[in-house]
Amino acid sequence: MHVFISLVRLGCALAVATLLATASGCGAPQERSIVVASTTSTQDSGFFDYLLPLVKERTGITVKVVAQGTGQALDTGRRGDADVVFVHAKSAELAFVAQGESTKRYPVMYNDFVLVGPADDPAHVTGRNVLQSFQAIQEHAAAFISRGDRSGTHIAELALWLAAGVNIEHQKGSWYKSIGQGMGAALNTASASGAYTLSDRATWIHFANKGPLAILVQGDARLFNQYGVMLVNPAKHPNVKTELGQAFIHYLVSPSGQKDIARYRIDGQQLFFPNANDPTA
Amino acid sequence: MPESTSALHLVLTADPSLVSIVRLSLAVSLTAVVVAAIIGLPLGALIALTKFRGREFVIVVLNALMGLPPVIVGLLVYLSLSRSGPLGSWGWLFTAKAMVIAQAILVLPILAALTRQTIEDLWVEYRDEFAAMNVGALGRIRALLWDARFSLITALLAGFGRAAAEVGAIIIVGGNIEGFTRTMTTAIALETSKGNLPLALGLGIVLIAILIIVSAAAWLARRAGERLAG
Amino acid sequence: MSDLPIRLSKVSVHVKHHVLLHGINLDLAPGPPTVLVGPNGSGKTTLLRVAMGLLAPTSGQITWNGQAMAKPVRRAFMFQRPVMLRRTVHANICYALAAAGVPRAKRDERAGELLASVGLEGLTDRPARHLSGGERQRLSLARALAKDPTVLFLDEPTASLDPAATQSIEQLLLAASERGVKVVMSTHDLHEARRLAGDVVLLHRGTIIEAAPAAKFFTDPSTELARRFLAGDLLL
Repeated sequence: MHVFISLVRLGCALAVATLLATASGCGAPQERSIVVASTTSTQDSGFFDYLLPLVKERTGITVKVVAQGTGQALDTGRRGDADVVFVHAKSAELAFVAQGESTKRYPVMYNDFVLVGPADDPAHVTGRNVLQSFQAIQEHAAAFISRGDRSGTHIAELALWLAAGVNIEHQKGSWYKSIGQGMGAALNTASASGAYTLSDRATWIHFANKGPLAILVQGDARLFNQYGVMLVNPAKHPNVKTELGQAFIHYLVSPSGQKDIARYRIDGQQLFFPNANDPTA
Repeated sequence: MPESTSALHLVLTADPSLVSIVRLSLAVSLTAVVVAAIIGLPLGALIALTKFRGREFVIVVLNALMGLPPVIVGLLVYLSLSRSGPLGSWGWLFTAKAMVIAQAILVLPILAALTRQTIEDLWVEYRDEFAAMNVGALGRIRALLWDARFSLITALLAGFGRAAAEVGAIIIVGGNIEGFTRTMTTAIALETSKGNLPLALGLGIVLIAILIIVSAAAWLARRAGERLAG
Repeated sequence: MSDLPIRLSKVSVHVKHHVLLHGINLDLAPGPPTVLVGPNGSGKTTLLRVAMGLLAPTSGQITWNGQAMAKPVRRAFMFQRPVMLRRTVHANICYALAAAGVPRAKRDERAGELLASVGLEGLTDRPARHLSGGERQRLSLARALAKDPTVLFLDEPTASLDPAATQSIEQLLLAASERGVKVVMSTHDLHEARRLAGDVVLLHRGTIIEAAPAAKFFTDPSTELARRFLAGDLLL
């Protein structure tokens, strides 16, 4: 009986040791890996599930994506906790460079936003352009979900309210719900409560809980969503893996990387449109 | 994780991404409990057995810390381990090690507080015998911890449950990186935000099944121990 | 390195306005067993605990072989309901031996001897918590003897035992006394006092009514209270 108990104890010790070894050994190729701070919408769209194995194959680099809101992702870059920042908020990115947090911003690709809402469309936005739609939503006090998290999507939404002549800070009411979470959470909330929300197309297509929601407004030039990638400034943060980070960026804007990006599809639809060569992007 | 598969399918085919997520979850939570136990059990016993000024206050705070919000711990650990933070040079942010630290901090008060209560109750019984046998302080702590081992197993299980169930701290300090810091709970959070609700629910059931298995293992250990030593 | 003689002079013990002992003067010297008798609440347990050093007197003085503060290295205490450590019988003894400073190499052998001396040699690997009442008392006695004491205090050691178990404990105590251990115990049972006592101390309401050699106490007590006690009266 003593023998049995000793064996059980030994077994437990071995189990824990193995688990620990696994945990710390996880990610053994630490040398050829980088941390990329990106956004939850990009992650929720499945883009990284598709791209990262290709990156590994083509460059040998293991990319570890930490997905946060755009604001938080930029902040992570500022703290030096990421090597590369890959977000979709051009003005914030340019500010990032201006502040010296990165030396150069590279445009990579764009997708677009869509305005989704309940199929019965209580605010009658169908057929209107996006600015008229936003006005209509505010006038009808139709339920609207805002991400409220300083993300690229959130910043785009605020810009649209502004352009539509709505002072959202003063004119919001109980119909406007700011949830402070990612795209998936916003879509879940909108789906559950039959509300309007602004979503990036990639996340929308990929989203599996659409419920009563459908795309009501799309294709408007104002719904353009540009992605940019930046290496965190190694002068500010010596720990940044400059060579590997630069190699990753190089891949993204290279012809082969741009082709890979274009090839990502869901339900036969292309989600991201490469435009690294566009000087205005 | 493969897209539109059910959780059952993943389990039955022992899908490698599911296996690695389960393994990581267990590794992180078990390690966190071990670390917290090494500090917390003797600490709880010490508080139980020592008279010092402010003892009541320490006990009240310790009990309160059992409810420490994970997201706050996550934030504090994140700020500490960030490259811009005091411990940035360790480079532990966004790794499993950071997750272990965050969870160990969450579990520590539970283990210390429950140990303190258990040992204090036992101490009432044992105090005279120890005095009569002239046992030193260290000997008392060791004897009490050992004699209380079955109650302490339950405390350890409570700590493990807390660690295995939480997501707020580890998603902040770990970053939910696929293949590296994605655990059961963070995977469930991700699948939920992707709208893959059935898959998220299925993963949740897998997690609960694992918790039951761990609890059963602890119960068996206790049974065997009781048969051996009363 | 004996703790004897133990001298209590004018010892009082108060706990929150409750007087447990009052004006105790007592000498415990080497010799035959000293047995404390008296009704419940008379202070027998308190007196034993003070003499052992488990309880500090509120006033008065106690010395062990002239020392005012002596760690219980050579004195042992057996509680009425002893606590069994959650391990085997053998491990219980070894624990007591370790606490007494016996080197690891000698413990197993000594444990065997002690268990044999109290008749528990067949139960070495039994979980201590599975022992019967009498067996627990014997194990507790063995633990007490592990420190090779010069004084052995016992608080109503046979109160919850059947006659057979009582007899075996009493025999062990007499054997220990013969080996030179000073036995100081309390009992409810006057017959047991008769069987064991060399000296008797009668306590009532926290004071010593009479202290005398057993022969004298039982045949010709000096105080009225002692007479009434021996006659079977309830002392209120």
